[in-house]
Amino acid sequence: MQVTSRKFKENAHDAMQDENLRAALGRVKQGFTTARANAAAELPEFEDLRDQARDIKDHVLENLDYYLEYFEQKVIEAGGQVHWCSTAKEARETILKICRDVDAKTVTKGKSMITEEIGLNKFLESQGVEPIETDLGEYIIQLADEPPSHIIGPAVHKTKEQVTELFYEHHQQYGYTEREEDPEKLVGEARAVLRHKYVTADVGITGANFLVAETGSTAIVTNEGNGDLTQSLAKTHIAVASIEKVIPTLEDVSTVMRVLARSATGQEMSVYTTFSTGPKRDDDIDGPENFHVVLLDGGRSEMIGTELQELLRCIRCGACMNHCPVYHAVGGHSYGWVYPGPIGAALNPQMVGIEEAIHLPNASSFCGRCEEVCPVRIPLPKILRYWREKSFEQQIGPKPQRWGIEIWGFFAKRPWIYRLMTKTAVRALKLMSGKKGKIRSLPFNNGWTAVRDLPAPEGATFMEQWKKREGK
Amino acid sequence: MSKPLENVEVALFVTCLVDINRPSVGFAAVKLLEEAGCRVVVPDAQTCCGQPAYNSGDRKSTKDIAKNVIRAFKGYRYVVAPSGSCAGMIKKHYPELFADDPDMLLEAEELAARTHELVSFLNDIADFEPDDVKLDKKITYHDSCSSLREMKVKQQPRELLGEVDDLELIEAEDREACCGFGGTFCIKYSEISEEMVDQKISNLLATKADIVTAGDLGCLMNIAGRLSRKGHKMKVLHIAEILAGMGDNPGIGEGQK
Repeated sequence: MQVTSRKFKENAHDAMQDENLRAALGRVKQGFTTARANAAAELPEFEDLRDQARDIKDHVLENLDYYLEYFEQKVIEAGGQVHWCSTAKEARETILKICRDVDAKTVTKGKSMITEEIGLNKFLESQGVEPIETDLGEYIIQLADEPPSHIIGPAVHKTKEQVTELFYEHHQQYGYTEREEDPEKLVGEARAVLRHKYVTADVGITGANFLVAETGSTAIVTNEGNGDLTQSLAKTHIAVASIEKVIPTLEDVSTVMRVLARSATGQEMSVYTTFSTGPKRDDDIDGPENFHVVLLDGGRSEMIGTELQELLRCIRCGACMNHCPVYHAVGGHSYGWVYPGPIGAALNPQMVGIEEAIHLPNASSFCGRCEEVCPVRIPLPKILRYWREKSFEQQIGPKPQRWGIEIWGFFAKRPWIYRLMTKTAVRALKLMSGKKGKIRSLPFNNGWTAVRDLPAPEGATFMEQWKKREGK
Repeated sequence: MSKPLENVEVALFVTCLVDINRPSVGFAAVKLLEEAGCRVVVPDAQTCCGQPAYNSGDRKSTKDIAKNVIRAFKGYRYVVAPSGSCAGMIKKHYPELFADDPDMLLEAEELAARTHELVSFLNDIADFEPDDVKLDKKITYHDSCSSLREMKVKQQPRELLGEVDDLELIEAEDREACCGFGGTFCIKYSEISEEMVDQKISNLLATKADIVTAGDLGCLMNIAGRLSRKGHKMKVLHIAEILAGMGDNPGIGEGQK
């Protein structure tokens, strides 16, 4: 997708003017946060499980090569194939080749952030293969020709009214000529349209929440069952996943799953959990004839052994964005690339470059709520700070802010000069405020007074007054 | 009743915002610590904890400032700051800052172990209770992010406010959500910060409290500044002022009466 992270401020400005979006984001804030809090409170061992999930992912990352090769071996034993792709381009071309080999015209898709990351849909379309999203949210944004704005609720920015309009516009060809407003009936309409597509699709593409090394299985969790239909009705199943999704055992999967849905939607478990192991066997009654796993590195192996390694623990639950006050204010599209919210702000600079994504790690108040809820305890604020340090070192970013910090730092390191400066500053500010006790605009630093008054100082610093009190 | 910290030396880390903008919070802190029996000293060589540089990615300046702070506060039994944010910087981030410098790391960890946020220090260590303090007002308490998440300050302010006669505490919705201050964030991304502080003040106003309080002056200046800009009359005070019996002080941004 087109990266627009550089325009984060403009994107955010527009987003905050959008009343539909504000209404939609209000629901994210209330719904997801309450649901997670309740789910966590109901499970006494939830905090311990978070530790265990973190440790499992850490263990995998320390032994990633081993588990990936083990996984591949098991996939092959089960009759499937693994395709190793270093880049998005390689992954796209590999998927296209598999589609070409079975002469595919249409492809159904389960929800997959990796296919968003590699820009698969546009690519397939350009090659004459029609991709059809089957997750309801993904389907809605495909109709709207938009990227997802949330990693588990891709259409969370859309209101019911907007969906009514989209379906009215796109479903007339299937005989739906009325504007449907009832949410249940809208879901029914999508279901009926999609049902036909599953059966006629040549290839089913899904993502994977887990790649199970001990069995060579891929696993997905969904709430709609669309993933199952996608992967079992088409003759060819392609699971697309990034390398850090591998996990040693089924036991480990169960541990991580206990924190995944609770953190994401507040459910104990997602409605459907589906494991796929190889193609259809002779005595299976259904299943795909071909089973492929497309493994994407996409810059991840470079993160191993660096300050960014911990980001690879992410299980894509979305809790960080659900709890992020900045995400609540600006929505997912403002971030300008596939991954929004705190995880996007920490990951995207690595994926699209810090110059492009400089705003993302900076646009945070470091409130720490993301880290507080992350099921695998990724220290997100620490990683955002890492990017701020990188950009400061490389002198990327607005010069005046940098100068401001350097000047302030100069004084802060020298207590005696600092004392003189603050003494003068408080008097000046006090003078400016008159008797009102506040300042409405400043000749400098108008970021503060653009939206709030500046409470005026009392007129002498604490240190001055203290010295007087102590009689020095 | 004997006080556990009778005559124990406590160094006050004033914080730059209190020093410059609201010295009365510093004096309230001194009063509270003295009432708890402590002997308060204010080391001369202090300026700021270094967060503006740290959060702007200027690690080198931050280290220099941190070294100053470590030097200035050497030898005191306790170091107390009327701010979760500045105390959190010293306690949590100084050791991170010197992770690759073993000598400084030892010193940073040693200071971190002695450093406390004021309200939790009063409640948990000094065994302090406000005595004979009365304030016939409805109060709502904003959980500042660093007090809450870095310093685990949550029950302590509520317990101490509960000891103030006639004071009624009313809890706000989303009291644990960020107010949008975030240090330089509120200046660099003022529009997003505005959205956040508006959410915050609408929840605060919904309590119909007379006064909003918190343990961090940064948040309070942000909240007070926005309340004032929007013409709301809710009064803003640092919790130290309330506990020290200075609840009748003019609120932050109100000017002298």
